[in-house]
Amino acid sequence: MSGLTQEHAQPSYLDQQGKYKGLLGWIFSTDHKRIALLYLYTIVVFFLVAVVFGLLMRIELFFPGQDIMSPQTYNAMFTVHGVIMIFIIVIPGLSAVFGNFFLPILIGAKDVAFPRLNLLSWWIFLFGAILAVLSQFAGSGAPDTGWTFYVPYSAESDSNVVIALTAAFVLGFSSILTGLNFIVTIHRMRAPGMTWFRMPLFPWSLYATAWIQVLATPIVGITLLMVIAERTLHIGFFDPALGGDPILFQHLFWIYSHPAVYVMILPAMGVVTEIFPTFSQKPVFGYTAIAISSLAIAGVGYFVWGHHMFTSGMSYSARWFFSFLTFIVAVPSAIKVFNWLSTMYKGSIDLKPPLLYAISFIFLFMIGGLTGLVLGSLATNVQVHDTAFVVAHFHYIIFGGMGFGFFAGMHYWFPKMYGRMYNIKLANIAWGILFTGFNFLYFPQFVIGMQGMPRRYFDYLPQFQVGHFISSIGAFILVTGIILMIYNLIRSAHKGEVAPANPWRGSTLEWQISSPPPLENFDEIPVITGKPYQYNTDDLGNE
Amino acid sequence: MYSGASNFVEGVDKAFMLIMGISIFFLIGITTVMIIFLFKYSRKKNKKPSTNDGSIKLEIIWTAIPLVLVMLMFYYGWVGYAPMRKVPDDAMLVKVTGKMWQWIFEYENGKTSPDLVIPLNKPVRLDLYSPDVNHSLFIPAFRVKEDVVPGYDNYLWFTPYYIGDYEILCAEYCGLMHSYMTAKAKVVSQEEFDVWLADFTPIEKESEHPGLLIINANACTACHSLDGTRLVGSSFKDLWGAKKIVLVKDNEKEITVDEQYIKKSIYDPDAEVVQGFNKGLMRSYTGVISEEDANKIVEYLKTLKK
Ligand code: HEC
Ligand SMILES: [Cu+2]
Repeated sequence: MSGLTQEHAQPSYLDQQGKYKGLLGWIFSTDHKRIALLYLYTIVVFFLVAVVFGLLMRIELFFPGQDIMSPQTYNAMFTVHGVIMIFIIVIPGLSAVFGNFFLPILIGAKDVAFPRLNLLSWWIFLFGAILAVLSQFAGSGAPDTGWTFYVPYSAESDSNVVIALTAAFVLGFSSILTGLNFIVTIHRMRAPGMTWFRMPLFPWSLYATAWIQVLATPIVGITLLMVIAERTLHIGFFDPALGGDPILFQHLFWIYSHPAVYVMILPAMGVVTEIFPTFSQKPVFGYTAIAISSLAIAGVGYFVWGHHMFTSGMSYSARWFFSFLTFIVAVPSAIKVFNWLSTMYKGSIDLKPPLLYAISFIFLFMIGGLTGLVLGSLATNVQVHDTAFVVAHFHYIIFGGMGFGFFAGMHYWFPKMYGRMYNIKLANIAWGILFTGFNFLYFPQFVIGMQGMPRRYFDYLPQFQVGHFISSIGAFILVTGIILMIYNLIRSAHKGEVAPANPWRGSTLEWQISSPPPLENFDEIPVITGKPYQYNTDDLGNE
Repeated sequence: MYSGASNFVEGVDKAFMLIMGISIFFLIGITTVMIIFLFKYSRKKNKKPSTNDGSIKLEIIWTAIPLVLVMLMFYYGWVGYAPMRKVPDDAMLVKVTGKMWQWIFEYENGKTSPDLVIPLNKPVRLDLYSPDVNHSLFIPAFRVKEDVVPGYDNYLWFTPYYIGDYEILCAEYCGLMHSYMTAKAKVVSQEEFDVWLADFTPIEKESEHPGLLIINANACTACHSLDGTRLVGSSFKDLWGAKKIVLVKDNEKEITVDEQYIKKSIYDPDAEVVQGFNKGLMRSYTGVISEEDANKIVEYLKTLKK
């Protein structure tokens, strides 16, 4: 241990007493760390709801035919599962929770650039989330369009589409404001001596992400408004019955939603990039390559949206052009994987839960990325587009990538955030169950997808029975793992052993202050004199 | 799985093999290396980590190699795909209508069929047409799929290589009965096909009842047949005047099908649910079908009684 004992002038952010007490002290706090926890709790609650929906769908699909719900309920369920997961959890998730909590600390700042705007973002987020829930119960029935809201169906379905669209729109605003806040924070608030290339890599990934959020989100906002206008005022933008163009909708939707995939995954890459050096006690390999590849992914990622539409009736030249760019965007991700691997090479590796999650992130993300190549190639896309293969692919990327990245971050920074350590043995067991369940749940879907099992099917042909059955079993294992993991963390937040300031021998700034951090993070703003990820390993032998 | 049922199977499956081959190689390779590192450089064994933090040479190598490989994959995908867009001139034309939630295949002589019957070894071009929402025609065994988008002239083509029945599925989500929007592609010999194609009575367009037009326009026939077969809902044949048991809030009640009952079924289908059928499947057509049109439907249903 680095032996630092901190005595701060201020109380920890958890104990701080502001203008308000109790709950009000949280929901009106402009402290970036408290806001981060507000996001965390909101997200966990919604995550559990969406997990239950996912589980119910898997139960329905255990056997062919109708088992526990009607087709209408099933269609509403995958829509709501998708909307909640994508717009409330996966897109904001890592930025809002770990970005808010650690970005200022990692760059040596007392808070983000606009603390009140930050609080406003959470309120807007909460409002959007409540609208999303409302759309399930209010009015004419839960939306049944899928989270992609494809027109004309979404213009015609008589379920509650408008509220769901408004919810997505409002959530988008929150995302733009957070992105803006982070960009300004990174430009203006870095500690003296922290040049761009002395900044840790998690802030770099947040920086790339924030630009996507600011530039791409308005497009989907406008698109969703257009659908609302179409439904309520009958202006024909997309619905051919009104003289519109349904493919235009798909373009506009994916111009946002493809870059949004990078909003999901880039911060997760940033998190594991912090974890590998710490648990190898070795400087990160290829710092510049990792930083630049984040920007490259964000940049090229703007121009590949068409790969969601290879069978839509786009022109032939558009089809091959988008396929070409899609293959190009795979390269920066590969570069990152090689650099992470090389960071571990000749390191002194301590296989603690954060690292377990980080290496399973690499494994799952590789499967997701490589199957993405199958989808990006024109010939094979024709076979697997809109099948269970796509479902498996994006769950490997989003859940295996963003989700496991989130869990990795949670186990890495937990002692810092709560000042207590979780039960490591239990965390390892939960990881094992989660990882096993995950692969049982999603891997069979690659197989049945290649055989022609379409997605969003309430019922299926008998030849897909085995795959569906295994997948549904996997769902139960996965949920067991999730429950165990959350139980461990919640219990430890109250009853865990008190954690030291730097339990993992980390070298970045968050480990130089006490756990949990004081209200304004630093008594004195630190002065940065060198590159990040430098470890003093002389005492490793004595451990 | 790769039986080569159409002319595209080879090209597509080659691309599959290439991409999967390279992918599996890297997946296994990288995972193995990772696990070896975990053991070899574990803290127990290695207390003196190196301080090496990068190498331009390596960065160039592992940028260049993946770049070359992905270009190769792109190329194979493109080569396998390009012919799918070039329809031969002698292809037989079939007009496909995909609507909620059925497929209709219409041949050049005017014959329509719920299944796609096609002759062996002859190129077929499917022109895809949708009157309502997006669908996607997917024949997994043939490796073809193209969306059916209202207002767009999408098409696909292929040549079937083996006699047999193949699944046709709808791959683009299209609402309630999406997963039941299936049909069969039946590949038969040329002789058999010629006999089949010639055997039909052309529908006389002018004789169509106004009520039937409304029924067709709203795709009621996806769930209610006109010829007595039981689909998701009961058949319209002999419906008028029939005596039925319905469930009103779980209480059984006997009714006779009359004008009022039919209208109630159209506007509020879950109020009285016919015994033996499921609730919640049929939507309410309030605001979609006017009172006047409902009257026409009633008139038409009367004609379906013997
Ligand atoms: C998604 C499938 C579906 C569609 C489309 C559909 N229905 Fe139905 N319909 C059903 C089912 C299932 C029932 C039986 C359950 C009930 O009574 O609600 C039913 C019942 C009925 C009944 C009562 C039948 C009886 O046996 O007493 C009538 C009349 C009817 N539908 C008319 C229509 C008309 C007219 C349309 C088109 C405007 C239509 N339906 C479209 C599924 C459908
Ligand atoms: Cu369809």
